[in-house]
Amino acid sequence: MLNISNLQVSLDEENKQILKGVNLKISEGEVHAIMGPNGSGKSTTSYVLAGKDGYNVTSGIAELNGENLLNMDPEECAAAGLFLAFQYPVEIPGVGNMTFLRTAVNAQRKARGEKELSAGEFLKIVREKAKSLKIDSDMLKRPVNVGFSGGEKKRNEILQMAMLEPKMCVLDETDSGLDVDAMKLVAEGVNALRDGKRSFLVITHYQRLLDHIKPDVVHIMADGKIIKSGGPELALEVEHNGYADILAEVA
Amino acid sequence: MNSLTGKKDISDSLSDYFNQPFASSWANDIRSAALVTYKSFGAPSKRDEYWKYTNPNKLTIIPTEPAALFSNDETPMFSNIDRVKIVFVDGVLDLNQSDDLMLEGAIIESLADATSKDIHWARDLFGTLEKNGQKPVKRPLAALNTAMAEQGLVIRITDKCKKPLAIRYIHNSETSDALVHNIVKVEKNAEFTLLESGAGAARFNSVLEVDVADNASFHHIRTQGRDHERKTVTHIFGRLGKESIFKSFTMTVNGILTRNDAVLEFNGDNAKATVAGATAGDGESFHHDDTVFITHDAVNCESRQVFKKVLRNGATGVFQGKILVKADAQKTDGYQISQGLLLDDNSNFLAKPELEIYADDVACSHGSTVGAIDEDAIFYLISRGVPRKQAQDMLVLAFLAEAIDEIDSTDLADDINNRLAAWMDRR
Repeated sequence: MLNISNLQVSLDEENKQILKGVNLKISEGEVHAIMGPNGSGKSTTSYVLAGKDGYNVTSGIAELNGENLLNMDPEECAAAGLFLAFQYPVEIPGVGNMTFLRTAVNAQRKARGEKELSAGEFLKIVREKAKSLKIDSDMLKRPVNVGFSGGEKKRNEILQMAMLEPKMCVLDETDSGLDVDAMKLVAEGVNALRDGKRSFLVITHYQRLLDHIKPDVVHIMADGKIIKSGGPELALEVEHNGYADILAEVA
Repeated sequence: MNSLTGKKDISDSLSDYFNQPFASSWANDIRSAALVTYKSFGAPSKRDEYWKYTNPNKLTIIPTEPAALFSNDETPMFSNIDRVKIVFVDGVLDLNQSDDLMLEGAIIESLADATSKDIHWARDLFGTLEKNGQKPVKRPLAALNTAMAEQGLVIRITDKCKKPLAIRYIHNSETSDALVHNIVKVEKNAEFTLLESGAGAARFNSVLEVDVADNASFHHIRTQGRDHERKTVTHIFGRLGKESIFKSFTMTVNGILTRNDAVLEFNGDNAKATVAGATAGDGESFHHDDTVFITHDAVNCESRQVFKKVLRNGATGVFQGKILVKADAQKTDGYQISQGLLLDDNSNFLAKPELEIYADDVACSHGSTVGAIDEDAIFYLISRGVPRKQAQDMLVLAFLAEAIDEIDSTDLADDINNRLAAWMDRR
C-alpha cells in the first residue's frame, strides 16, 4: 500500500533537514503507529505524504500503490486515496461543512472518473455516517470547524475520512486535545473503517489511543528517522519508560 | 468668472453637454438651483479630498469613452423573484419592455410624468436630499444629475409592498451617456424593496433619493452589471425617520470605474441603517470606490457599513467611510468594517475610515483589514481533494458572504450568492 524509502526532507525556508532517511512499508489492511518525541519529524512525514508546500524532498521515494506521492499536488494525493486527519483542523468561516464535504467527495469522484453524487444521495450517506459519530445536523450546517470543540473537530475529521473512503489514512495526533470519551468515539469511528483493505498510519504521543485502535506495528521515530519497530508491546514500553531507554539503546 | 481655472471650463462644458430644454415644470427651479450649485463646485478633480484615490476623469470627459456591450446568455438578475419589472435602455425608460407601473401599496410614475403635473408631492423631495447631502462634502456629479436628468422614477409607498420593484438598466449603445434620477418616499409604517441591476449605459450617473418616514422600512439590493468598460457614478441619499429601517446592498463585478456614494442622515430616534457592498475586481483596469457618509442627528440609532472587496491581477478597490455623530445623537451605535482580499501582489485596497464624534455616550467601532488568502485553509480544502481553483473560489465566496449576509431576505441573498458562484465558475 504505502512504501516510503530513504525519505529525506528539508524545510524550504531554513534549509534545515527534518527527515533523514525514513523507511516505512505498510501493507494492505495494516495499522501502523508512529510514536516519538517532539520534533522528531512525525508531523512532517504526514505533511510530505499529503503534498503540502514548503518542504524540499532531497532524496528517497514515497509511493501509494506504486504511484509517486512526491510529485503530486495535495488534491492529487487525495484523489489517489491518501487522507490526512489534521492535528489542528482548520476553521474556515463562511464555508458550510456540508458544502465543503460534498464538494470534496464529488471532486474526488470526478478525478477518479466516477459519477458525482446528487444532493439527495449525498445527504442520505452523510446523515448515516454522522449519526454514528454523534455529529448532529447543526454541526453539519455550521461553517467548517468554526466554533467546534476540540472533540467535535476531530470527529469532523473522521466524518470526512468516512465520506471520502480513502485507501490510506494518516492520522496526525488525532488524540491530542481529546478527553477519554471523545477519544473512544473517534477510535470507534476509525475502527469502523477497518475493512481488511484500508491501511492506517497513526501518529501519536500516547499509548492510550492504541488501546482503542490496535496497531499491527509500532515504530519509534527520533531525529528524522525510524529507530525502532516492533509490535504493540513497544508502545507499552514507551508509556512506562519514556523514550530515553530506546534512544540510548539505539545510540 | 470662468477664467479662473481649467476646472471651471470642464464643469461648464459637462453641464452644457447634458443641457436640454425642459418643458415648463415645478422641477425647473430645483434644477436651476442644482446647476448653480454644480457650477459653483466645478467638476470633481483629483485634488478634491474625496477623489484622492479615484481619478474622476473618465466621469467628466466629453464625450464619454465608448464601452463595449457585454453579451451573455444568462437570465437577467432577479428573474426568479416575484417582482414588478421596469426597464431602462441606455438610461431611457422603456415601457414596452416593462411591466405596467402597478405595484400594490405603491404609486409609480416616470419622472417626466411627475414633473409635467401642476402640483406634485415630489416637489418637496426632488433634489432636497441631494442638496442636504452637499454639506460638508461636495458631490458635484449628484448636483449635475439633479440639474440635468429627465429620466427616472418617482415612487410613493403607502403600504407594506409584498413584491419588490425591480429596475433593470440595459446598456445597449457603446456611446450612451445616461443620467437617471429616482425618488422614493416610503410613508409611515410602509415597507418597500427596490432591486436594481445592470450597467445602464457606457457612462451611467444615477441618483436615488429615499425618504423613509417613521416606522417605515426600505430595502435596496443592487447589482451593477458585468460590462467591463462601463463607467458608473451613483449617489444614494437617504433620510431616516423615527424607528425606520434602511438597508442597501450593492454587488459589483467588472467595470473600469465605479464610484458609489451613500449619504444617509438619521432624523428620528431609534432608527437603523445598513450600507453594504461585495465587490470582485479583476485586472488593472478595474477601479471601484465606495464612499459612505452617515450622519447621526438623533438618539439611539444604529448604523452599519460592511464592505468586502476581492481584488486580483492589479485591480484597485477604495473605501472611504465616515460616521459623523452630532452632539445630541446620544446612544449612537456606529459600526464600520471594510476588508480587502488581495489575490496577488499587484492589486490594491485603499481604505479611509473616519469617525467624527461630538456626543459623549456612543459606541462606534471601525475596522479595516487587507490580506491575502489563508494558505492553511487552502491546504485543508485541497488535501480533501478539492481542486485549488475551486478551493480559492470557496474562500472568496466565504469572504464576500459576510457582506451578502447583510441582506435580510434569504431568497435575495441566495440569488446573489448563486450568481456570484456561477460567475466564479465561468471566469
